Amino acid sequence: MAAETETAIRARGLTRRFGKLVAVDHVDLTVQRAQVYGFLGPNGSGKSTTIRMLCGLLLPSEGDIDVLGLNIPRDAEKLKRRIGYMTQKFSLYEDLTVQENLEFLAAVHDIPRTPTRLRIEELLERYWLKDRRDQLAGTMSGGQKQRLALAGAVLHKPELLFLDEPTSAVDPQSRREFWDSLFELADAGTTILVSTHYMDEAERCHRLAILDEGRLVADGAPRDLCAQLPYSVWLIECAAPRKAQQRLQNVTGVIALAQIGAELRVLAERGSVDAAGLQEQLSTAGIDAQVRQGAANLEDVFVAATHRKPHDAVAEVA
Amino acid sequence: MSLRRLLSIVVKELRQLRRDRLTFAMIVGIPTMQLLLFGFAINLDVRHLDSAVLDQANTAHSRELIAELGASGVMNLRYSLTVPQELDDLLRAGRISAALVIPPDFESRLERSDRPALQIVVDGSDQVVQQAARQLAAYPIERLRNPAAVTRQNVEIVNFYNPERRAPVNTVPGLVGVILTMTMVMFTAMALVRERERGNLEMLIATPVSPWELTIGKVLPFVGIGLVQVTVVLALGWLIFSVPIRGHIWEVYVAALVFIVASLSLGVFLSTLAKSQFQAMQLAFFTFLPQILLSGFMFPYAGMPRAAQWISEILPMTHFLRLIRGIALRGATLADLWPELASLGAFIVVVLAVAVTRVSKRLD
Repeated sequence: MAAETETAIRARGLTRRFGKLVAVDHVDLTVQRAQVYGFLGPNGSGKSTTIRMLCGLLLPSEGDIDVLGLNIPRDAEKLKRRIGYMTQKFSLYEDLTVQENLEFLAAVHDIPRTPTRLRIEELLERYWLKDRRDQLAGTMSGGQKQRLALAGAVLHKPELLFLDEPTSAVDPQSRREFWDSLFELADAGTTILVSTHYMDEAERCHRLAILDEGRLVADGAPRDLCAQLPYSVWLIECAAPRKAQQRLQNVTGVIALAQIGAELRVLAERGSVDAAGLQEQLSTAGIDAQVRQGAANLEDVFVAATHRKPHDAVAEVA
Repeated sequence: MSLRRLLSIVVKELRQLRRDRLTFAMIVGIPTMQLLLFGFAINLDVRHLDSAVLDQANTAHSRELIAELGASGVMNLRYSLTVPQELDDLLRAGRISAALVIPPDFESRLERSDRPALQIVVDGSDQVVQQAARQLAAYPIERLRNPAAVTRQNVEIVNFYNPERRAPVNTVPGLVGVILTMTMVMFTAMALVRERERGNLEMLIATPVSPWELTIGKVLPFVGIGLVQVTVVLALGWLIFSVPIRGHIWEVYVAALVFIVASLSLGVFLSTLAKSQFQAMQLAFFTFLPQILLSGFMFPYAGMPRAAQWISEILPMTHFLRLIRGIALRGATLADLWPELASLGAFIVVVLAVAVTRVSKRLD
């Protein structure tokens, strides 16, 4: 395998401190070319800081970064011609029109005028912005702004695209369309690093890194991460899921409990409990319950990796 | 430095400016408003002071004197008093700012001319009033007794350049400096910080744009705006207040251009200190006050204490005022005034050099 030449991003021991706070703590990353690589993590887990360091916008406190064969931050200026960066907050000009924003970005990237015109037409077409051409960017909806931002980020056909929580301000339909666009770009050879806090988006990535409090806590293909999870999932159907949750909170081996609809989802160490055991525990508390085994999903991986509660309850296990 | 990138920033900036109605209105509104306010309100040649008369002599001569002084137009004799106490009360209440007091022994004082025959009481809390009263003190009382008496003036003051002593002639050229200082420093500092505050900068620094392309591109449109403002002030000053431009008009524009660049440099420097547009505005005002007060626009340079004069020499507006007053009013040339141009040049070099070290293309 020509793994080395196919690497787009390689970071070792990446660390960034802001005063006493360690925002990114010795993160190792390897991203292959033409992959959609996801960063999953709660707010403040260091996703944005990591992306900024990889683009050369922020100096790392420690660690080595190699992006597209360039040493960062030393070659950051060279890198800027080859990457696209879509910020978390809409960062094009709200008081310019769609067309004006794109023309400005083309000039900033030194694209000559004639190719610019063709490229802008192509992008307006591809991202359904043709009839918005003369609209001020500030007056568009979240989904439209995000499509414009993506068009702006790929205008100069970058080899590598950084997207920082691109879908945080858009509706589910736009999110789906947006992800289709990302795969279209990846198929054409663009490497994409995208951060998110949506599980369904994380699930679609080729590969995923889970960040928590600045540390890399899990890394792999979503399916592998689920399969390798050393925990089993139990689904409990009963009349009083909240009561059942309280009852099971301190049972040895239980990592996390979450009510999903009328069901209680239990994440427990493999072999520590079984269906019959759980049922018995509950019936001693007077709860009549149906217990069956479920399949681990990415949310379980996330919860196990971060020991955080995605919904409401968490059992602390030493 | 790429010309295409630089131009694209200028074009973008102009497009944004065109849509920002408020700023656009301020560009022309501020100079017009200030010109009218300063031109009409600042008038150090005081006339029509509300005054009272306390004539304790009430002779033919004293009445003649009162009539003559009243006719001079400096005083507006509104009250005729009989008791000195009334005078005190009127002054304190601010109803009058001066009073003529003629003592009961007016005639004998005139005769012997050993003691002043006329007293003018003024409200000394206002310096300008004091100065006006001083003109009245020069009145030749001698002539009351002997109209043929020749009063000799020992010193003659010859007023070059502004013989009618009209205040706008002095203030309007200075106003060009005030307006440029106010708008150039503040607009640039705010425009540069705006990009950071709105988050555009994070997108921009991930592109090949260099910080200097960005800074220069954003500042260039303001050079044009500054020149428009200079034109507005000088044209209105000429039309409304007949303020002359005795030197070459192109030299006025060269001086203004150099001063605009100096003010823009200051704005760029301030933008590197400010974190928000509001802070940028505060910083701009912080530099604006000393420029107005110490440059010689408000108070004459010669009257300032030594330390204030040193500060004054650092301020770009001081030098610009000397330049524009020199060229517009005295018909001087830039060659006559080269030290002022050199000072402005030094200011630009130093301030820009400091700003360069602070403009960074990273987020930290």
